[in-house]
Amino acid sequence: MAPEGLLYSKDHEWAKIDGDTATIGITDYAQTSLGDIVYVELPRVGQAVAEHASIGVVESVKAVSEIFTPVGGEIVAINEALEKDPAAVNRDAFGEGWMYKVKLTGGAPADLMDAATYEKLVAS
Amino acid sequence: MSAPETASLRRTALDQVHRDLGARMVPFGGFEMPVAYAGILKEHDAVRHRAGLFDLSHMAQYELRGDGVAAWADALTVNDVATMKPLQARYNIFTNPNGGCHDDVLFYRLPSHWLLVVNAGNAEKMWPYLSGAADGRAGVALTNRHGSRALIAVQGPRAAEIVAPLCDVDVAALKYYYCAEGRVGGAPAVIARTGYTGEDGFELFVEGENAPRLWNLLLERGAPVGLEPAGLGARDVLRLEAGMPLYGHELEEDISPLAGGQGWAVKFGKADFVGKAALEAERDAGTYDRIAGIVLEGRVPARAGYPVFLGNERVGEVRSASISPSLGNANIATVLTHKDAAAIGTKLAVEIRGAAHAATVVSLPFYKRSS
Repeated sequence: MAPEGLLYSKDHEWAKIDGDTATIGITDYAQTSLGDIVYVELPRVGQAVAEHASIGVVESVKAVSEIFTPVGGEIVAINEALEKDPAAVNRDAFGEGWMYKVKLTGGAPADLMDAATYEKLVAS
Repeated sequence: MSAPETASLRRTALDQVHRDLGARMVPFGGFEMPVAYAGILKEHDAVRHRAGLFDLSHMAQYELRGDGVAAWADALTVNDVATMKPLQARYNIFTNPNGGCHDDVLFYRLPSHWLLVVNAGNAEKMWPYLSGAADGRAGVALTNRHGSRALIAVQGPRAAEIVAPLCDVDVAALKYYYCAEGRVGGAPAVIARTGYTGEDGFELFVEGENAPRLWNLLLERGAPVGLEPAGLGARDVLRLEAGMPLYGHELEEDISPLAGGQGWAVKFGKADFVGKAALEAERDAGTYDRIAGIVLEGRVPARAGYPVFLGNERVGEVRSASISPSLGNANIATVLTHKDAAAIGTKLAVEIRGAAHAATVVSLPFYKRSS
């Protein structure tokens, strides 16, 4: 379920590192656990975010869940389509359901997992 | 309500059926219950437009026997019991001396006894309360069937055409809030035209041992018209849209039937009952905080507990909230608020993560079926 080539946090976010920019979303496991997603609150472009900080929320019909950014840096883009179509996170968590892009201040944090390690975490 | 340990949770007769269907199970009212199967919004859509199948076996069923039951129950509740006709069902509320609510319930008057259905989350409180109130009283005998007797609901505009062919009594002719004794799918049952979704539908009370076979039979026969299993998540959205109270949200030990919007069920003309004097005083003063319905502007959902403001004054809090698929996905909520903030059309604000979100008071229910 978790694609190879991405990095994963224990809070069920994924990060796709491309040079000094990371694209962030929540995992398929996270969207399944939440159920129908009805609202996504994202940070502002230009905002500086610290690694592991709570920088937004994902709301399903039943629950509010915080987004803990797996990487720190400056927000350079957000997925504005999620405002009108938050269900894209349910349909395609690793694709059109991406949430924001961060210009990294450091490298990728060492505590992020590869796909196989993350799969073991959610299976346990 | 404190969350019990998973190990101590009970399971309904349909537990394995839910797991085989891939349901997400959550603790509710002391049981492990399905919150969703295919997804809350899809299940909601099935109930509003076709039909949904619910396991409500976590709700506590008590059988009341004896010629003293009606008078006994009338002294403990706000609505009329003795005036119920044979095979009639009626909503009622057990009140405390302050006029607050012990529980909101349904009474069913059967030929040989009464069936009382109480909320699962209140069963641990209600069974000792009712047993104590019946103790030493002639003509009142209580039997606790909680957990042993199952309850399956079929709700939605196609419910009658699914249920009727499986029954040996004419349930299509049953009036709303009436019931029959008969067999459904061969199993002895109380078949009631009641529900908690705002749609037409049936609630089927059967022995737990017969429940899995009946569930599967209903799913098989209902599939061609779009029957789908539906969980407690969809049920909560459906009942909120339909303006029906949920104990712990719109009604509580310190929220009276009047405050909770259930004043229609309070029969002040009947003989004394627990809490009557307090409710009369509350009615006469007329100043009590009360439940109102609001629609929020924008897409940010409200949640129970969020503060509600009229201008700069904090006037109440959100008690239930959801996105409402039947209202074009508007964000709806009930709020418990000051009287002057509860008038239809009042502009309020809900504080969500530190920001004020505009809302307007609307009349309840949010949704009413057209037919």
